[in-house]
Amino acid sequence: MDVALVKPATERATRELFAAARDRLPGSGPVSEARQAAFDDFARRGLPYRRIEEWKYTDLRTLLREIAPLAAAPDQAALASAAKAVTAYVAGDAYKLVLVDGVFAPQLSDQTPETGVEVRALRDILENNDVAARADLLTTTAASDTMISLNTAMATDGIVIDVAENAKLTRPLHIVHIATQSSTAAFTRSLLRLANGAQATLVESFVAAEGAAAYQAHDSVVLWIGDDAGLQHVRLVEDARDAANISTAIVTVGAKATFNSLNLTSGAAVSRYQGFIKFSGEGSHADVNGVNLLNGRQHGDTTLVLDHAVPHCSSNEVFRAVLDDQAHSVFQGKIIVRPDAQKTDGRMMTRALLLSDGAEADNKPELEIFADDVSCGHGATIGALDESLLFYLRARGLSEKEAQALLIQAFVGEAIESVADDGLRDVVIGAAERWLAARG
Amino acid sequence: MAAVQETVDRVRQIDVDQYRYGFETIIESEKAPKGLSEDTIRFISAKKNEPAWMLEWRLEAYRRWLTMQEPTWARVDYPKIDYQDLYYYSAPKPKKEIASLDEIDPEILKTYEKLGIPLREVEVLEGVVRPEGERKVAVDAVFDSVSVATTFQEELKKAGVIFMPISHAIQQHPELVKQYLGSVVPTSDNFFATLNSAVFSDGSFVYVPPGVRCPMELSTYFRINERNTGQFERTLIIADKGSYVSYLEGCTAPQRDENQLHAAVVELVTLDDAEIKYSTVQNWYPGNSEGKGGIFNFVTKRGDCRGANSKISWTQVETGSAITWKYPSCILRGDNSRGEFYSIAISNGYQQVDSGTKMLHLGKNTTSRIISKGIAAGKSQNTYRGLVTAHRKATNARNFTACDSLLIGDKCGAHTVPYIEAKNTSALFEHEATTSKISEDVLFYCVQRGLSQEEAVGLVVNGFVRDVLQQLPMEFAVEAQKLISISLEGSVG
Repeated sequence: MDVALVKPATERATRELFAAARDRLPGSGPVSEARQAAFDDFARRGLPYRRIEEWKYTDLRTLLREIAPLAAAPDQAALASAAKAVTAYVAGDAYKLVLVDGVFAPQLSDQTPETGVEVRALRDILENNDVAARADLLTTTAASDTMISLNTAMATDGIVIDVAENAKLTRPLHIVHIATQSSTAAFTRSLLRLANGAQATLVESFVAAEGAAAYQAHDSVVLWIGDDAGLQHVRLVEDARDAANISTAIVTVGAKATFNSLNLTSGAAVSRYQGFIKFSGEGSHADVNGVNLLNGRQHGDTTLVLDHAVPHCSSNEVFRAVLDDQAHSVFQGKIIVRPDAQKTDGRMMTRALLLSDGAEADNKPELEIFADDVSCGHGATIGALDESLLFYLRARGLSEKEAQALLIQAFVGEAIESVADDGLRDVVIGAAERWLAARG
Repeated sequence: MAAVQETVDRVRQIDVDQYRYGFETIIESEKAPKGLSEDTIRFISAKKNEPAWMLEWRLEAYRRWLTMQEPTWARVDYPKIDYQDLYYYSAPKPKKEIASLDEIDPEILKTYEKLGIPLREVEVLEGVVRPEGERKVAVDAVFDSVSVATTFQEELKKAGVIFMPISHAIQQHPELVKQYLGSVVPTSDNFFATLNSAVFSDGSFVYVPPGVRCPMELSTYFRINERNTGQFERTLIIADKGSYVSYLEGCTAPQRDENQLHAAVVELVTLDDAEIKYSTVQNWYPGNSEGKGGIFNFVTKRGDCRGANSKISWTQVETGSAITWKYPSCILRGDNSRGEFYSIAISNGYQQVDSGTKMLHLGKNTTSRIISKGIAAGKSQNTYRGLVTAHRKATNARNFTACDSLLIGDKCGAHTVPYIEAKNTSALFEHEATTSKISEDVLFYCVQRGLSQEEAVGLVVNGFVRDVLQQLPMEFAVEAQKLISISLEGSVG
C-alpha cells in the first residue's frame, strides 16, 4: 500500500535520472538490456524503506530521499584535487587503483602490476564487446536487492582484477574511491577473481577530495575466491560527513579457501555496507568483521549474510560499534545453514558501546538453520563504558577523553586484530585514530 | 549417528498421528451463520446480551479489520484462510442455570476426564506446603466458547477476587471492563487481535483487589470442539496495587482434518507492586503425519507493567498446533518493573512455530529476562523471534536473553531472529543464542553408563528445558513433562 503512495514521485525522478545518464553508461546490446532490466526492477520497487525487512532500520526513503544525479566525468581540476586526497589516504606499498567520481583515473593509479595480476577498467571491457568477460560483470545471482539493481543499471566504471593460479601477491591492491563533486552520485562496480591457490589483499577506501560534500557513493564489488585461495579484504569508509555510501560486496568462497574481511565505517552521514558471503566449496573459513565509529547524526548500517551452502565450513563474525552524540548504528547479521550443510560452525558476536544518551544501537543477529549437525551461536551486548575502568585510568592521570579513547581502542581492537598483516592493520588503526582525534 | 537415526525413525513411527487427545465430543450446539459481517457481530453481541457500548466497540474493530492485511512476516506457511468460510460463534445449547457440576452434560465431563483435568477435585499435591494453606486450583472451564462451569467462587469471593467469564464481567463490572479492555492490546493492534476484538466469544476475566494475594491458582482450559469454528478467546487480568495472582491456561483439541483458526487475545495489567504469573501449556492438534489439519494459532498476548515495582512473568510450553504465531510481551512502563519470559517450544511433524517475546523498556530501572528453548524434530520449522528495546528514558534498563535450539533430525529447521535496540547509554543488554544437535560425546557418556539411546536422549532434552520447566507451577510441571514426552515420543524415551 505504502509503495503505491511513495513510489510515483521517486519513480519519475529516477526514470529521468536513468534517461539522462543513458548515453554515459558503457556497453551496448546485452549489457544495455541487462541495465534496463535492472533499472526496471529498481523503479518497480523504489528505494528500500522500513517495511522491507532487510532495510528495517535504514529507511532510505527518509535518509536519502532520492538518488542524486550522476556525477560528471572528472575534468583536470577534479583529477588534481583527487591526486591530493590519494596521497593522504593510500598506504605506502599498495598497488593503487583510483576511481574519481566513478571513473577510473589511470593517471593517478599505479601502472605495472605484479606478475600474475591483470587489471582492467570495467568501462573498457564493456565497450570492447568482450562477450565472455562481460557475461558475469553485471549479473549477480547472489542477492535480490534494489540497491544492487540500481548499481547494475547505473555503474559507469570499476576495476576488474584477475589473479592467476597460485600467484601470491606481495603488495596489497588498493582501490581508492574519491569524490570531488558535491550533490552528485557515483556508481561503481568492481570485480576480483582469485584463481585456485592465489593469495591477495584487497583494500578499498572511500574518501572525499577537499570541498566535496553531500555526494552519494554507490559501489558494489564482486569477489570470487578460488579453491585453496586466500583473500584479505579491508574496507575503510571515510567519506565526507554529509555524504552517503551504499555499498555491497558479493563474495563466493571456493573449497579450502579463506576469506578475511574487515569493514570500518567512520565517515558518511548515511552508510550501508551489505556483504553477501557464500561458501561454494567445503573446508573453507571466513572471518567477517566490522567496526562502526559514529558520532554527530551519523547513521551506519552493516548487514552481513553468511550463507553456508555446503558442509564443513566455518565462519566467525565480530562486530563493534562505538556511538557518540545522536549516532545510530545498525548491525544485521544472518547465518544461513542450508539443508545438508552439516558440520558447519558459525559464530557471531556483536557489541555496541553507547557514549551518549542520544545514540542508538540496533542489533539483529539472526540464525537460519536447516541442518542438524551444526554448531552455531551468536551473542549481542549493548552497554556503556565501564565506570570502574574509566576510574582506574583517571586515577592514573589520564584525562576523561584519553581514558575513553584508550578503552574504545581496546573495544574495537578485537575486530581489527583479525587483520593479519601488520602494515595493513596499522592502516586500519590509523583510520580509527583519525576518528578518535576528530572527537577531540 | 546411530542414535540420531534411531531417534529419527522412532519419531517417524510414532509421530503425531497418535495424537493422544484427538477425539471429538458429540453434543448439540448453536451456531452463528457462516461468514463474517456486521450482522455476525450483532448476532454474537445479542447472544451475549451485551450493552450497546460493547457492540459499538466490536463494530469499530470490525471496520478497522476490513482495512487491514494479514501479516506475512512470520516464518510460517499455510493455505490462505477464507474468513467468510468460518463460523464465528458456537455455543453448547444452554440447558438451565447451573448450580453444580453434576448438572453439566456428562459428555463434556467425560472429555475433561480423558484429558485428565481434575474438575471435581480440589487438587492437593502432596508435599507442597504453602503459607496460605493447601494448594488449590480453580477451574473456569471453557468448552468451545462458553464457560460452562465455575468452581471455587465462594472462596474467591471471600478474598474479593473477581474471576468470571468475560461475558459476565461485561454485565456485572462494566466499569472495570471499560477501563481496561483494549488498553494493552488496542483494537487496532494487529490483524488477528483486531479480528478477535470484533468477534470474541468469551474468555476469562480476573480482577485482584489491592493487597490481595489470590488464594489459589486460577486455571482455564480451552477446548475447540465444533467443526469449522474459529475460537476467539479474550482474557483480561488485572492485578491491582500490591496484589498477586497466578493464572494457568492449558489447551487440547480434538483431531480433525480441516484447519481451525484460533486468534486469542490476552491482556494483563499490573499496577504498583503487583505481580501476575501467567502459565500456558498449549497442546492443540498439530496435524497428521502428512501435515494435514491442525490448529492455526494466532495469539496476541501482552502484559502491561503499568505501576512501579510490578512484575509480569510468562511461562509457556508450546507443543501443539500446526501453526503457532505467538509473542507474549511485556510493556515495562512502571519504574523498577520486571518482565520475564520462559518458553519451551517443541515442533514435530510438519508443525511451524514462530514464537518469542517483546520486552519494551520504558520506565527507569526496568529489568527483563528471556529464556527460550526451541526443539525441532521431524520436518518442522521452529523460529524464535524476539524484540528487546530500551526507550530513551529507560535509564538502567537491563535485559538478559538466552535462546537455545536443539535439532533432532536433518529435515527440520531452527531459526533465531532477535531484534535488540537500545537508545539509552545506561542500558545493558546481553543476548546469547546457540543452535546445536545433541552432543555425541554426552550421549556416548550416558550409554556407556548403561542407559539406552532413548533414555540418554530423554535425559539430555530434560536437562535442556529444565530452566523453563522449573518456572511452571507444580500442577503444570507434571502435565508439561508428560506433554514433552508425548510430543517427542521416540526421541525422548
